[in-house]
Amino acid sequence: MITLAHILTLSAVLFSLSVAGIFLNRKNVLLLLMCIELLLLAANFNFIAFSRYLHQLDGQIFVFFTLTVAAAEAAIGLAIVVVLFRDRRTIDVEELNRLEG
Amino acid sequence: MTLPLLLFYCFAAVLVCSALGVIVSRNPVYSALSLVMCFATSAAIWLLLEAEFLALVLVLVYVGAVMVLFLFVVMMLDINLERLRAGFTRYLWLGVIVAAVVVFEIVGAVLGRKFGADVAQSGLPVAANASNTTELGALLYSRYVYPFEIAAMLLLVAIVAAIALTHRHRQGLKVQDISRQVAVRASDRVRLVKMEATRRK
Repeated sequence: MITLAHILTLSAVLFSLSVAGIFLNRKNVLLLLMCIELLLLAANFNFIAFSRYLHQLDGQIFVFFTLTVAAAEAAIGLAIVVVLFRDRRTIDVEELNRLEG
Repeated sequence: MTLPLLLFYCFAAVLVCSALGVIVSRNPVYSALSLVMCFATSAAIWLLLEAEFLALVLVLVYVGAVMVLFLFVVMMLDINLERLRAGFTRYLWLGVIVAAVVVFEIVGAVLGRKFGADVAQSGLPVAANASNTTELGALLYSRYVYPFEIAAMLLLVAIVAAIALTHRHRQGLKVQDISRQVAVRASDRVRLVKMEATRRK
């Protein structure tokens, strides 16, 4: 049967992959956003595993709220990326070194 | 090895491979599609963990809405991939080291704490006719009703913010501006000119 250690290990692997992705794709804002989504997914795995393990549904409620916040974050992040691209014609993080409008 | 465990290993392998695809693929479109694969397999694993409602929400909200948004934006932006990929492996060693340390520490903590007890068999077993959605709804609309309302407000604010950010005022459009039409004065439209009377020659 699936044990808690299985899920926690899988979530650790997923989390570290997304952290490594943030290091690798540090120039591309879109991929940074995708890596953050992956990171939140890894965190949600822990919530669901412990909710199952402790037989309390509160963990799943928390995942529900995490999904809400992540969706809002993705929408606003992508809107900012679109505005940024309209203004600068690039989404390279290294070229975003000016603060004036 | 039981069937759920076998399924778990299959889905976990697909999940890890597609997560690798997200972070190393050359084209952001492939990354987004790999992320869709990640969410789909995660939903399958959540089904195995008897979180049915959240699995369906993950597929509907993430694959159906958020990833479509990502794909739209990726395809809409005309980005120069070569420049974004330049120096891709410069911090590869750092990423690998950090990832290895995180995995090592978490796995060490998990295995050291005797978390090997069966997830599905620990505590009371769930009744065969128990509905995950019903139980979640009962909890969500009673104890967590205020956080639920706050989440709704958060989504509303996110919608307003996203529209306000990306909305463009284009110049020179022939649109009606009602408030300007109502506020207009006669002096704005008619110009009275005083001039001498002239006689026809």
